[in-house]
Amino acid sequence: MTQPHARATTVSAIALAVAGALVLSSCSTPQAEAQPGLTDDSIKIGTHQPLTGPAAASYAPISAATAAYFDYVNAEGGINGRTIDYIVKDDGYNPANTQTVVRELVLEDEVFAILGGLGTPTHSSVLDFLNDNGVPDLFVSSGSSAWNQPEKYPGTFGFQADYVTEGMVLGQYISEEFDGKKVCLFGQDDEFGTDMQAGLEKVLGADGLAEVQTYSVSNQDVAAQIVALQSAGCEVNVLATITGFTALAIGTAAQLKYFPQWVSSSSGADYGPLSGYLGEAAPLLLEGFVSDNYLPSATEDDNKWIELFKQVNDEYNDGADFTGSVVYGMAMGYLFAEALLAAGEQPTREGLIAAVQSGELKGSGLVPLGFSEDNHSGYLGAGITVVHDGVQAAIDKRWVRDGDKVVVYDKPPVELLSGGIPS
Amino acid sequence: MTPIQRWGATAGILVLAIAATFVLDPYRNYLLAMTAAYVCATSGLSLLVGRTGQLSLGHAAFMAAGAYAFALTSNALAEADAPGPVHLLVPFLAAVVVASVVGLIVGVAGARLHGPYLAGLTLALVIALPAIASTFGGLFGGDAGLYVSVERRPDWLSTVIATEQWQAWVGLIVAAIVFGALAQLVRSPSAIRMQAVRDDESAARLSGIDPVRVRVGMFGISAAAAGLGGGVLAYVTQAVSPGAYSLTFSLFLLVAVVIGGVGTLAGAVWGAIVIVLVPEITTAITEALPLPAELSQRLDGNLAIVVFGVILVVVMLAAPQGIHGAVAALTGRLRRRRPRTAPPAPTT
Repeated sequence: MTQPHARATTVSAIALAVAGALVLSSCSTPQAEAQPGLTDDSIKIGTHQPLTGPAAASYAPISAATAAYFDYVNAEGGINGRTIDYIVKDDGYNPANTQTVVRELVLEDEVFAILGGLGTPTHSSVLDFLNDNGVPDLFVSSGSSAWNQPEKYPGTFGFQADYVTEGMVLGQYISEEFDGKKVCLFGQDDEFGTDMQAGLEKVLGADGLAEVQTYSVSNQDVAAQIVALQSAGCEVNVLATITGFTALAIGTAAQLKYFPQWVSSSSGADYGPLSGYLGEAAPLLLEGFVSDNYLPSATEDDNKWIELFKQVNDEYNDGADFTGSVVYGMAMGYLFAEALLAAGEQPTREGLIAAVQSGELKGSGLVPLGFSEDNHSGYLGAGITVVHDGVQAAIDKRWVRDGDKVVVYDKPPVELLSGGIPS
Repeated sequence: MTPIQRWGATAGILVLAIAATFVLDPYRNYLLAMTAAYVCATSGLSLLVGRTGQLSLGHAAFMAAGAYAFALTSNALAEADAPGPVHLLVPFLAAVVVASVVGLIVGVAGARLHGPYLAGLTLALVIALPAIASTFGGLFGGDAGLYVSVERRPDWLSTVIATEQWQAWVGLIVAAIVFGALAQLVRSPSAIRMQAVRDDESAARLSGIDPVRVRVGMFGISAAAAGLGGGVLAYVTQAVSPGAYSLTFSLFLLVAVVIGGVGTLAGAVWGAIVIVLVPEITTAITEALPLPAELSQRLDGNLAIVVFGVILVVVMLAAPQGIHGAVAALTGRLRRRRPRTAPPAPTT
């Protein structure tokens, strides 16, 4: 009886020794801790996007554009010799699905980082999970200020100018251009609407809005709210609406022979989809339509970024409709490539977060990014775009937020260098 | 089996399931927690449909009632800095109380209705959910729903097990309580009263059974079970929104019950497993097939619904009693084929 026992002991002792040796030897090599999703020639990242369901129509092109941009980067040799493997999972804009697909990405696919998870309710539900697991949670696609909590969520970073800032920028433009007019707000019945309202009131004063009406995404009839705005005598209507509801508001008002000045948040102001919704009357209804934007507009002609993105879109995205969503997706991809480059030859998850916080990232926007150790919000302000003859173009008015006010930003926008691939 | 033995058996299964969580990786444990939540809902629904013959298309609404009650209570307790065990347990109590009250109210209204009319009533409930959530947006957070601030695993456990494993434990314990209680119900005299009401209401009345009471009672119990399932979902996903409790999801629950085997508790477990596994398997298939990226992404979210339908058709053709019925028939046949030393099977 003793002999087999002894043999088993010997075997396990050898196994232990081998294992111990492996552990020790791996400790001495430079890649001490294997980084999830990282090999010598590739890096795996993931995202959750609404590819099906009600939000898909407006937002599904974003991840396709990001993927196209990464294909472009990979064809040119990648970043630091690594190709970017970008996994898109569909959550149908439903937080319950987001929970599942993000866990799948992190625990099953072992992605290095999450990039541009889309939506406030959806992404809020995975904040704790991602930060508990130390997964870099970069450039969330939503203007909620929830992403800027470095103490509580050290790995989470925003991308867009947050809704409060957008409200402040639009408020500043209104106070300069439409002084003395009656200003009202039509907003979504969640953080999007309330944050925009807070931003507007910071600039226009607590009684700066004559009337505030809200809608819920699940109800497609906004006639009651538009009538209320009309009868309150609103002359300038700010829209905190997603694209479909921007079109609904403008269309419904037109049916009521009501033609106020529309001023919209960038989230619902993408000219391409808007004119698609409004059909033939679009050029007429959208003439003079004001919105803010922190990225160059898709319909602009003489912008190097737009030229490049169009080219990438034709080559790697099957020439999909070139809209603001495509610009957004590619700008997102570019910013990640920049962060990855800044994280160095042997990136670690901590290193990637440190690289974003370093403040070295430039992005491709009209205004600077705000990343630092104690600020995780994205673009610090926005510029104004106006639609004229079917072209939504930036006018030279840009502001960045400074506490409770906005200040003029007059430095030139970020230049396009080295073919749009950070190096 | 005596009631105590039945509870013992449930506890034994629970211990085995908890032991299994040590073998599973975190993602599988998360899926197990989801399965546990669905088991709560499907087991109540299975008995409701199979035993009293009441068809509910709106069980997701009862889950939502439980989930919202859980969320509001849990958030209030987090605000008040309630001690850990209270913060963990009281929201579940709130979930079960609120869901059963809603269930009883709907049950009272529905007790006079049969078949399609009752189905219509429950259908209206689940369709009204988004409107209710946005009408009382201040309380329920509108379409975006609520973030749930939950009590995490105790600190002394955090070095031993991952969050997902803890979530699986919570889910399994709640599911075991629901399952154990319903297993008692199935073997109690009430079960016979339910069958009497289902099969012939007049005969049941003649035997001194009050059909309304039996129906309303079962509706309440079934809603309470679903509410606990919603509570587990809220706990695990830390979010409640009307979109998570859609009509599609409600129909999934019913389809799962039918696939598993209507009227049986084992069938409800099969159904819950099918709900969780089908999307997993379809995702794995679409990723494995050499499809263009765009097509596979499009299939990713939609294929599961098709596969669900196909499974339903196949199961109905091949095993009208559901998976549980098929498994029971198979094991029965195997037992009969055993060597003749076993006593001969009784002939009827």
